[in-house]
Amino acid sequence: MDIRTTSSLLYLDGVTVSFDGFRALNRLSLAVEPGEMRAIIGPNGAGKTTMMDVVTGKTRPDDGDVLFDGSHDLTRLDETEIAELGIGRKFQKPTVFDSHTVEDNILLALKSDRRARATLFRRENGEARERIDRILDIVRLGPVRARLAGGLSHGQKQWLEIGMLLAQDPKLLLVDEPAAGMTDAETRQTAELLKQINRNHTIIVVEHDMAFVRDLGVKVTVLHEGAVIAEGSIDQVSNNERVIEVYLGR
Amino acid sequence: MMPLTRTLDRGSTLFLCGLAVLAIVVPTLNLLFPPSSPLHVPTYLVSLFGKYVCYALLALAIDLIWGYCGILSLGHGAFFALGGYAMGMYLMRQIGTRGVYAHPVLPDFMVFLNWPELPVYWYGFQHFPYAALMVVLVPGALAFVFGWFAFRSRVTGVYLSIITQALTYALMLGFFRNNFGFGGNNGLTDFKDILGFNVRAQGTRAVLFAVSVAALMLGFLVCRAIVTSRFGKVLIAIRDAEARTRFLGYRVESYKLFVFTLSACMAGIAGALYVPQVGIINPSEFSPANSIEAAIWVAVGGRGTLTGAIIGAVVVNYAKTTFTTGALAPYWLFVLGGLFIAVTLLLPRGIVGTFRHWLTERRRDGVAKVVVSPVPDPRPAE
Repeated sequence: MDIRTTSSLLYLDGVTVSFDGFRALNRLSLAVEPGEMRAIIGPNGAGKTTMMDVVTGKTRPDDGDVLFDGSHDLTRLDETEIAELGIGRKFQKPTVFDSHTVEDNILLALKSDRRARATLFRRENGEARERIDRILDIVRLGPVRARLAGGLSHGQKQWLEIGMLLAQDPKLLLVDEPAAGMTDAETRQTAELLKQINRNHTIIVVEHDMAFVRDLGVKVTVLHEGAVIAEGSIDQVSNNERVIEVYLGR
Repeated sequence: MMPLTRTLDRGSTLFLCGLAVLAIVVPTLNLLFPPSSPLHVPTYLVSLFGKYVCYALLALAIDLIWGYCGILSLGHGAFFALGGYAMGMYLMRQIGTRGVYAHPVLPDFMVFLNWPELPVYWYGFQHFPYAALMVVLVPGALAFVFGWFAFRSRVTGVYLSIITQALTYALMLGFFRNNFGFGGNNGLTDFKDILGFNVRAQGTRAVLFAVSVAALMLGFLVCRAIVTSRFGKVLIAIRDAEARTRFLGYRVESYKLFVFTLSACMAGIAGALYVPQVGIINPSEFSPANSIEAAIWVAVGGRGTLTGAIIGAVVVNYAKTTFTTGALAPYWLFVLGGLFIAVTLLLPRGIVGTFRHWLTERRRDGVAKVVVSPVPDPRPAE
């Protein structure tokens, strides 16, 4: 398993996914380097969410290679195994555990033995609490730590979910539309938060909001009809003829 | 195993104490006071309440998986009945030569069907420890195999409920057949002794009642320990957002399989305690309607509260007894249906859930009042 075929953290090559004849991904190829933050944009139906589903094991591709860390074939693993490898995912619609407190949401996400027997007999200790405190500080949810997650505002739920990702401490974070439904101020704060997290995590952000992507200031990949049509800085891709044609709606 | 303070908060300690008092007081009042005394509890009432306690244990088992993990099993009556049959088989073997046909080994129905010898799967049931093991093992094994396939294939929600109904229905049809070897239509009855004591004797009934309450208390303790552990938090996470739990790296199907199997074992014990108290077990216990009714007890009492399941089971069954013995008898099913609709519309949290919600609301209002109370702040606001 130690034979690395690529230096990339995530490597997709010729990935194809069809649903009832519709090609959601059409020989998609993409490589993300360790430590990188990559933004993925594209119009509706471009295959952004399907790509995340493939990487996290929710959808099996019909064809193509998906390699993590150069040696793990993600197409053979299920969601749990992939999560254990160190890939965390934030959903488009914030999904937190509504009837748990903010604190417990983070606790459940903390890196630890996930097996049923281990959780049944675990004694909670102070060490977890320290880590929870640190994460709540980063995502600015300290004051609402004892509240039920179901009662949070939309923006707070998004941050809680990002906090849960941090608690998982994954090597790669997949973040689906983190700024959706946020106010301008919240959007800017979210961009700051992601940059802060990027200091020691590799991140892939899927986003619609161009202003947000500009705020991030990272390499951008443009998807269209399940394939990459352009890659480069935000200025480069937004001047690309083909991108203007398909994405900016001309 | 786990810190006791976490498992037993004040409410559950009080509840357990209440059950313990019941386990001691009811048999005492029944045995020590003569029937003429106003303090005497008649034996038929002891058995009736013993039956409710068994139903309460079944409801508790359902609440563990439905209220905390979101698995709505509408086939738990099957595990209850299997436990009951295992106990029934032991009781049948105790009859010996006192049966109508006085056969030393074969139960009456086998003699009647001209069976030459005891089927292999009846072997060993004359020994109580073996039967007691089967009470837990048979429902547990069935639940394990069923759950293994269902949860691995990610069958959830209403689809799971439907296949659990199919499971209990299929078992009912099987047990109705004479050649299945469990007494067919009539089931197992005419019991004489349990562990050498006459099942119909007043003392035995009082002890069975006390044992049933003790089993309920143990079940409650186990459930509390589970739901207050980290494991229990994962169960609630699965109930709230199953996919999220999976992406966090939890193996959801192992968690479900464990609680589902444990829940089936609890249902089996409930069934085993039920049979000697009612004196019969027959295939109608597998009927899908029974399992649905058990889910209604939990809904009425309050899902995800444990105490609610117990209270719900007792309240609904007490109402059932009252309604089905008297002028109102023909209307019981209407009452049950109406009750379910009323609870769904008006009390979606159930009795205990609503009460707890009201308590927290009141406490929060209280806190809010303290905060806004016009106490002058000694320091100026920043």
